[in-house]
Amino acid sequence: MAHLEIHNLVQRYGAHVVVQDVSFQVETGHIACLLGPSGCGKTTLLRCIAGFEEVAGGEVRLDGVSVSRPGFRLPPERRKIGMVFQDYALFPHLTVDQNVAFGLGQASAAEKQARVEHLLALVGLQGQGYKYPHELSGGQQQRVALARALAPRPQLILLDEPFSNLDVDLRERLSLEVRDILKEEGCTAILVTHDQHEAFAMADEIGIVAEGRIQQWDSPYNLYHQPANRFVADFIGQGVLVPGRVIGEHQVRIDLGTLNSVSPVECSKGCGTCNGARAEHQCQVDVLLRPDDVVHDDASSTRARVLNKAFRGADILYTLELTGGTRVLSLVPSHHNHALGEEIGIRLDVDHVVAFRSHQPADLPASRIPNLAR
Amino acid sequence: MYEFDWSSIPGSLPFLWDGMKISLEITLQAIVVGIVWGTLLAMMRLSSIKPLSLFAAGYVNLFRAVPLVMVLLWFFLIVPRFIEQLFGLPTGTDLRLTSAMIGFALFESAYYSEIIRAGIQSVPKGQMAACQALGMTYGQSMRLVILPQAFRNMVPLLLTQGIILFQDTSLVYVSALADFFGAAYKVGDRDGRLVEMLLFAGAVYFVICFAASQLVKRLQKKYHPA
Repeated sequence: MAHLEIHNLVQRYGAHVVVQDVSFQVETGHIACLLGPSGCGKTTLLRCIAGFEEVAGGEVRLDGVSVSRPGFRLPPERRKIGMVFQDYALFPHLTVDQNVAFGLGQASAAEKQARVEHLLALVGLQGQGYKYPHELSGGQQQRVALARALAPRPQLILLDEPFSNLDVDLRERLSLEVRDILKEEGCTAILVTHDQHEAFAMADEIGIVAEGRIQQWDSPYNLYHQPANRFVADFIGQGVLVPGRVIGEHQVRIDLGTLNSVSPVECSKGCGTCNGARAEHQCQVDVLLRPDDVVHDDASSTRARVLNKAFRGADILYTLELTGGTRVLSLVPSHHNHALGEEIGIRLDVDHVVAFRSHQPADLPASRIPNLAR
Repeated sequence: MYEFDWSSIPGSLPFLWDGMKISLEITLQAIVVGIVWGTLLAMMRLSSIKPLSLFAAGYVNLFRAVPLVMVLLWFFLIVPRFIEQLFGLPTGTDLRLTSAMIGFALFESAYYSEIIRAGIQSVPKGQMAACQALGMTYGQSMRLVILPQAFRNMVPLLLTQGIILFQDTSLVYVSALADFFGAAYKVGDRDGRLVEMLLFAGAVYFVICFAASQLVKRLQKKYHPA
């Protein structure tokens, strides 16, 4: 049985619908992530799970027990959840020890002390228990917040943008550490973030949230390589959509050549797979090309002009323009240093063909789909 | 040219000291009751239970909208009768101090509750959420996390209000109670040296209040540097 189940959850403020019909479940011991741009409803979702908000529709179940549904809300203090807040919300008038012990309630003094010591060791803060929160660095405060949330052995731990106040280096290191700690405690966790690197580093499964809906619930690998819609394709990683034509059940032709797909490519006329046989359909699709799908190869006959380049240390990200005007991105080892305006040879190396029906009714209003080639 | 004559001060010092004790007694009592009752009022006002918050809002607005002198006079006229009946005391028992104390306490509670309400609201919302996520009820969260932080932030304001209260105790003269101001007035009136006695009383009030407010400033620097 799944530990946490969300069924058709709806939340609105007045007429404004913030969460619409969201369903997902998380197995015990898994770390899930709600990833999305700011204002997409992911924090509201988390607050509904925590019990800080009434829900307008649907149901939240913890261990099979209904904790939230319209007209009923089990208060947060009775849900056995742990929560790590964006600003940590440590208690400034209590020491680190007292902060961590705060949720231990009825336990005896000796039990409390043992648990606090165990957790401080786990988060790497042995011997710092006598300090006050303001005497700690941001990263240390973050660890105290985590230790405090884990102390009462919650069924479920919720992390609301826990690393957003830290600098990038620390963020990456801590997110891996926190993952290890959560796994060691065997804790089910839900992370909310807008940072995909953080999500990839920590989560077993990720739900992409936009406009109050889950766009795709999948593993990080699949989100990158098999995005379910244009929004996910754009939001995760980089890439461009180039026009292509279905010429066979598993084949698409684009300016750069012909792509062979493992799964059938859907025709834009909505006939499913017409195998490209019905020429009158002229099955137009948009094909997603990631920067690593376009490989620099001097021997290739396909040439492209360097429009822009971004140096990234080990690699250079080139924006290239083909003779037909199509623009693509290409990730090239940085010793291949080419000047702007120079023509270089490229070829395709595509493992997963991702194609969307062109002119399909957009998954999101067009205004919400940012320019892919930025 | 007016000739100052300070000779009536030394002999009347014991009487003035008795008056000062009454002033301090009223002040301390009103601070303690004001903070306790003010805290309850502030929590009621912030409560999501409508009748409670309406009651607290009405109470605070009423007392803040009428002059203190008038409240003291009401209590001087009404409360003695009420207490006499309640405890079966003979009519005419001197209940001026008791009624003054009750009047001050109820009046000052309204001001204290506004200070405390601001103090509670100055504690970030996340603190309450963090408490609840750790399994604490509303009451436990208030007692263990919100109020300790709120009071820490409020100490200077509460003390400053205490100093104002001390000055306001002079208003008990409406009930002819011999607090410090009343005592000074009586001595001056008796000896025909009202100007000297009032100047002296003013100097004493100034020294006490100025010293106290300097102390508050130093406290504030200690708890909230920069």
